[in-house]
Amino acid sequence: MSELMLDKLDLTKAVFGRLTWDSLPLHEPIVVMTFVAVALGGVALLGAITYFRLWGYLWREWFTTVDHKRIGIMYMVLGIVMLLRGFADAIMMRLQQAIAFNGSEGYLNAHHYDQIFTAHGVIMIFFVAMPLVTGLMNYVVPLQIGARDVSFPFLNNFSFWMTVGGAVLVMISLFVGEFARTGWLAYPPLSNIGFSPDVGVDYYIWALQVAGVGTTLSGINLICTIVKMRAPGMTMMRMPVFTWTSLCTNVLIVASFPVLTAVLALLSLDRYVGTNFFTNDFGGNPMMYVNLIWIWGHPEVYILILPLFGVFSEVTATFSGKRLFGYTSMVYATVVITILSYLVWLHHFFTMGSGASVNSFFGITTMIISIPTGAKMFNWLFTMYRGRIRFELPMMWTVAFMLTFVVGGMTGVLLAVPPADFVLHNSLFLVAHFHNVIIGGVLFGLFAAIAYWFPKAFGFRLDPFWGKVSFWCWVTGFWFAFMPLYVLGLMGVTRRLRVFDDPSLQIWFVIAAFGAFLILLGIVAFLVQIAVSVLRREALRDVTGDPWNARTLEWATSSPPPDYNFAFTPVVYDNDAWWDMKRRGYQRPMGGFKPIHMPRNTGSGVILAGLSTAMGFGLVWYIWWLAALSFVALIAVAIAHTFNYHRDFNIPADEVARVESARTRLLAAGG
Amino acid sequence: MTVSISPPREGHPVFYLEDEHAHAEGGSTMLGFWIYLMSDCLIFAILFATYGVLGGSYAAGPAPKDLFDLSLVAVNTTMLLLSSITYGFAMLAMEKERVGATQGWLTVTGLFGLAFIGIELYEFAHMFHEGATPQRSAFLSSFYTLVGTHGLHVTFGLIWLVTLITQVAQRGLIEANRRRLMCLSLFWHFLDVIWIGVFTFVYLMGMLR
Repeated sequence: MSELMLDKLDLTKAVFGRLTWDSLPLHEPIVVMTFVAVALGGVALLGAITYFRLWGYLWREWFTTVDHKRIGIMYMVLGIVMLLRGFADAIMMRLQQAIAFNGSEGYLNAHHYDQIFTAHGVIMIFFVAMPLVTGLMNYVVPLQIGARDVSFPFLNNFSFWMTVGGAVLVMISLFVGEFARTGWLAYPPLSNIGFSPDVGVDYYIWALQVAGVGTTLSGINLICTIVKMRAPGMTMMRMPVFTWTSLCTNVLIVASFPVLTAVLALLSLDRYVGTNFFTNDFGGNPMMYVNLIWIWGHPEVYILILPLFGVFSEVTATFSGKRLFGYTSMVYATVVITILSYLVWLHHFFTMGSGASVNSFFGITTMIISIPTGAKMFNWLFTMYRGRIRFELPMMWTVAFMLTFVVGGMTGVLLAVPPADFVLHNSLFLVAHFHNVIIGGVLFGLFAAIAYWFPKAFGFRLDPFWGKVSFWCWVTGFWFAFMPLYVLGLMGVTRRLRVFDDPSLQIWFVIAAFGAFLILLGIVAFLVQIAVSVLRREALRDVTGDPWNARTLEWATSSPPPDYNFAFTPVVYDNDAWWDMKRRGYQRPMGGFKPIHMPRNTGSGVILAGLSTAMGFGLVWYIWWLAALSFVALIAVAIAHTFNYHRDFNIPADEVARVESARTRLLAAGG
Repeated sequence: MTVSISPPREGHPVFYLEDEHAHAEGGSTMLGFWIYLMSDCLIFAILFATYGVLGGSYAAGPAPKDLFDLSLVAVNTTMLLLSSITYGFAMLAMEKERVGATQGWLTVTGLFGLAFIGIELYEFAHMFHEGATPQRSAFLSSFYTLVGTHGLHVTFGLIWLVTLITQVAQRGLIEANRRRLMCLSLFWHFLDVIWIGVFTFVYLMGMLR
């Protein structure tokens, strides 16, 4: 009898690994309520898609697309959806910290709270900022360099779905099992199997590994695109600044994400095989992990900010009606930042105790980075100086960025001084600093970029009123939410605390929570802005393709651009190519169209990424058959894909002529 | 719609190309693959660095002198170096459009690669037998990870090799297949270079430790 029981148990274990009914967090009412809401919303969405018979359309036109524009838009949608999840975590933390005083435990237990601050960091960096930045580069770069698509269109689709796969694993961890409770970089020995025996860290590892493959490949893809696919006449020093910053960002991606892949692989070996890389015994060394992950981690923050420096450059020049001041210095500043970002990683752990000389070296290199960044700031200011400035939404975000980011930059230089860092390390001062640069730089830049390029992508502008509501809520909300954290950090409050003893601190946390609430209003206003703009799209329509009187090539084609981007490949004479064309009387070609060679859609990317995600899930739960099966299938599908030699087709000249003459009629009607 | 373009007026620059400006298919492939190899190289760099830091942490367990058999490693190195030479011969045959010879040399390359993997597995099994498992010390963890990652790369190279031999058999030495053979060639020689690093840094210097 007991033998029978044992057999049955082993069978369950073989099929489901360590996944049991107890893995579902049914004892956490907050999670259960969230699950019910998400499930209802999900069922409603899937039902609507089925009801309106959209599956075929979505599969053919979007999921399997190799068009860089559609992939770019899908990246942006992913980023915005994940922003809602990441922000939900943020406001829960703010609320907890605002009420957990005077003996109150707040409303989140430690087990749950620790997952929330980990998930918040991981999601905001990997699944909000990265998809938004990658999506932006994907959409804009080929248009800016006058290309028809990226170098490897299929790889682009595959990269996107791998990013989605990582996001799916993180989302599953909310309802099946749990997420890591280690902080967003999962330092050992805490993240080792001895101290984190549950599935949280494994979800973390496989989500980042699956998404990381996509990020690395998309980096390679965009480097090749920029190096090989530029329009004739566009020398390196005639590339738009956004393209330059994208190039540097993708170089950083390719030169840093493999480090993350390697270090996470070593951590998984420690957890799965029992090796001793980062353990405390048998010769392991946890600080090795901290060094390696920051060799990836520091370039990562420049991966996030550099493209937005490009955005601010484009926006400032366009809305000041002037050529960008100091183009050459802007390019060299970007390159210098790219190189220096590899020489500063140790400033994240001065307290490790490397000694005065090592700490001084990394402190000084860190301070030096502020020089090229400051040069950029002056370039933007001088571009605005005596310009005819139009304070449209993108320009408002840019000005808010300049005022906010400078403060974050200065607190960064404070932290770069090793003795000061010994006091401020892991304090809320640090938390305030990096939110100051990431929200004030990356997020403000993304909103500027969305407002700026939305009309290009969809053919109508975003509603300015709701945009301004969102802008003011975000900007004031940011200052309310994070200035108190500087104060608290200086008073010695460390990060990731759940309850507090000293009641005099509470007022600062309440102010911060108020700021987070304003940011919530900002996010709601942003979503309202999109909805209102869609409803008012006829009034906001852009028929010219150039609604801002802009300067670079993406504005030379229609809004939204045709599948092939440009009917004829443009020739470039100036680094403001479109401005030059307008100034010298460019005539849009009306005939003589030729067939255009384009890549063909394929479903392989979706399938490969789906299999990778299934493999990740199997590995998280020790469901070995699922992991092995998915892995074998992954190899088989990848090989089968290479047997397909028909990767492209021609858009016939008639079709090009039809699309172009439709635009001619629109232009004439629009006056 | 008329199918002619008015020629650019005097003194006006040409702002677009009249003929389709085709970027040759696969024109970025070699650059892209080269960049991929450099990213892979970075993974090895991290594994080398980890070995450099942890390679002396024996935790009172076996050290390189107790484990490594240099003559076996020498034979193994020979296998891999010979496979690189024969891959070179395959590429020369490809340049001369000789399908049979190309496939023949690729097969020889694959056999040398298999011999390399076989010898490596034998070495690992022998070390396991002596109790030198990856769990025993940080030195052994980093040793198996570095050498094993290289071995896994060679294994994937072998799967790729078989795929390409099949594709050459199906379609001959068409442009796409030539490009793929060039990529695998880069990959194969890259693994050779990594192995030279492993041989020197892990085995030879390990014996001196």
